[in-house]
Amino acid sequence: MALTIDGFAGSGTFAHGVHPPGNKMFSTEMAIEVIPSPSKVLLPLSQHVGAPCQSIVKPKQSVAFGEMVAKGGGFVSAALHAPITGTIQKNVVTTLPQGRRVEAIVIKADGEQLDGDALYEEILGGEWSARGLEKFDAQQISNAIHEAGIVGLGGAAFPTHVKLMSNDKMNIDTMLINGCECEPFLTCDYRMMIEAAGPIITGALLAARAVGAKNIAICIEDNKPRAIDVLQKAAVGTGIKIVVLKTKYPQGSEKQLIMAVTKRAVPLGGLPMNVGVAVSNVGTIAAVARSVQKGKPLTHRVVSITGGGIVNPKNLLVPIGTPIRELFDYCGGFKKNAARVISGGPMMGFAFTNFDAPVTKGTSGITVLTAEDVAKSKETACVRCGRCVDACPMNLVPTRIALASRNKDIDLAEQYNIMACFECGACAYTCPANIPLVQLIRTGKGLIMASKKK
Amino acid sequence: MAENKQQIESDVEAKAPVFHVSSSPHLSSTSHDTRKMMLDVLIALLPVVIMALYMFRMYALQQLLICVGSCLIAEALFVRMRGKSFSLYDYSATITGVILALSLPGTAPWYVGVIASFVAIGIGKALFGGLGMNIFNPAMVGRAFVMISFATALGASGYIDAQSAVDAITQATPLTVFKQAGVSTPLWRLFTGVTNGSIGETSALASLIGGIYLCARRTASWEIPAGVLSVVLVLGGIINIVDLNASWTVLHHLTGGALLFGTFFIATDPVTSPLTPKGKFIFGAGIGALVMLLRVFSGYPEGVMFAVLLMNALTPLINRWTIPRPLGNP
Repeated sequence: MALTIDGFAGSGTFAHGVHPPGNKMFSTEMAIEVIPSPSKVLLPLSQHVGAPCQSIVKPKQSVAFGEMVAKGGGFVSAALHAPITGTIQKNVVTTLPQGRRVEAIVIKADGEQLDGDALYEEILGGEWSARGLEKFDAQQISNAIHEAGIVGLGGAAFPTHVKLMSNDKMNIDTMLINGCECEPFLTCDYRMMIEAAGPIITGALLAARAVGAKNIAICIEDNKPRAIDVLQKAAVGTGIKIVVLKTKYPQGSEKQLIMAVTKRAVPLGGLPMNVGVAVSNVGTIAAVARSVQKGKPLTHRVVSITGGGIVNPKNLLVPIGTPIRELFDYCGGFKKNAARVISGGPMMGFAFTNFDAPVTKGTSGITVLTAEDVAKSKETACVRCGRCVDACPMNLVPTRIALASRNKDIDLAEQYNIMACFECGACAYTCPANIPLVQLIRTGKGLIMASKKK
Repeated sequence: MAENKQQIESDVEAKAPVFHVSSSPHLSSTSHDTRKMMLDVLIALLPVVIMALYMFRMYALQQLLICVGSCLIAEALFVRMRGKSFSLYDYSATITGVILALSLPGTAPWYVGVIASFVAIGIGKALFGGLGMNIFNPAMVGRAFVMISFATALGASGYIDAQSAVDAITQATPLTVFKQAGVSTPLWRLFTGVTNGSIGETSALASLIGGIYLCARRTASWEIPAGVLSVVLVLGGIINIVDLNASWTVLHHLTGGALLFGTFFIATDPVTSPLTPKGKFIFGAGIGALVMLLRVFSGYPEGVMFAVLLMNALTPLINRWTIPRPLGNP
């Protein structure tokens, strides 16, 4: 498929990067399914970047579907809403896949629940208009997003209202909707683009209004022709451009996406707004449309349960807070050769073993890898072949940073710009000596943080 | 932790799969590992080895067997002395042995090869901490040692062997002939390799075939040969223009001596060359400049070995100069 970047300065790709096998075949053709309503949900008070939110409910209190149960704990924070109708129970502490132990509100299902097709219709269906959006001004859109508790659903979970607000100091001219989904295995964004083009188009227009951007582009890698086709048809007459980018990991990373489309480099330590761009994921933008046009909060999300270690891989529409164990049960459980369970995809996801942990707003998928997938050869000495240098999308020298971290040489690691690394894993993926580069770099960052605290 | 442990134990009881955690990324590319890269080098050396065997027959076979055997024995010995686990499987000692043999004259006595091998592995590699830690190319350390210790065996006269059946190796090497008598060897002989010399250096064609294979496989970085050859081309070209009557032209510089062999197989050793593309080009350019300096102005007819060793010493400095700017750093 030819790259399409008409009207933008970028080349359709970025420098360096790697080509891991896509492995999307497990779940790519599986239409989004609604799971049976769970008997209870756990809503961690901290499942986003920023201040934890504050519970506004008490045990034994009844809550209705969509009712707010916790309010934002500051400006960079996000509210929580009940994804099911039920009764509040005593708060518990749960361990999220990232390893953080957090307090969570528990809601026990009670009474009539919306599920099946009705729920699908409620969350993803309905009428979406691309016209008449002028009636919402920037402030209204931003407020609606804030009240709905929307955070980045691509995985980072940064509160969306902070990104999508009019800013007097920064002139934002371009709104990019990220549909790259460059992580191997994951297909939730792909299914959203095929099944929910309506809210994505409406959401993109609303987000662009919120930031005052004139150029709007939905960015998709060229290995997803069907999504490109669906969105191209849906975008006719809206002014939204469908940008087709080269399939390469990590194309979906914010900085690499901005470079590929606009040829602008986000300064180190800076934000996309510094170069006049706002970026939001397709799933997030659909939630934005729902919050603004229908006044509905973020209560559900699409999660891919995928990989060679799961019996029936699927894409599921699940209430946020559903224990992950229930998703495995719904997908037929594990195969015998299942060896590692990852929250997210295999390149940047977190391996975890506490399957009672809930789906959070940032859970884009659960990948179950097999013993063959994770089999690793023995680590050998670095022969300085420089393949990691060729792979690094941030133009760093990973082997130098990693070995400096291993030797606890903080100064050398900083000289090689360790903090610019966003841990995409391209270097460790490609390393012929199987050196755990990302793990070492994380250790080095930890050492630097610790030394700065002193 | 306790919770996870319980989880794992309960899973085991239920005969369910056991899950372990580890840092991302959870996948790794299987298309290349260190061992496959080393095998690539051996494959690339094949045309050169075949040419050496064709030209020098038993002399080449003997030299290859002595050097590879001694390198493997030396590696096993030094690895054991350092209390490390066996490391012969990575082929790096084999490569050192082959390159060392190819860089020696076929007529050098057996003990020269043995001593060169032990110095290459012992002083060139093991002393620095083994594979990946050495500063200098091990094969060149070994060769430099014997070249100075056994000057006659490796000097100009070492290459002349009156007893040889093959006509070409009864003469001095092309570079020596030119240095001492001012007589140029025809270009086609330099290109195909029907001349005297170290057993692996004579054929420009064989080195080119192997070198292009290495660069195409990305086992060797093309930036290094590009640096060497462009500087030799430019400097040789200038000398050519200054002295139009010179019989040793820029093409003789490119195809003669160990230039192509050294460029593709010795300079591209990743351990002893810089990490970044820019650094690699500077490294190559430095080798090219030093080769020309030594060939034109020094008493030695050839300068590839010293040029590589000198640039090896500068590699840490080049790495420091060429720290790439991260994306978004003005």
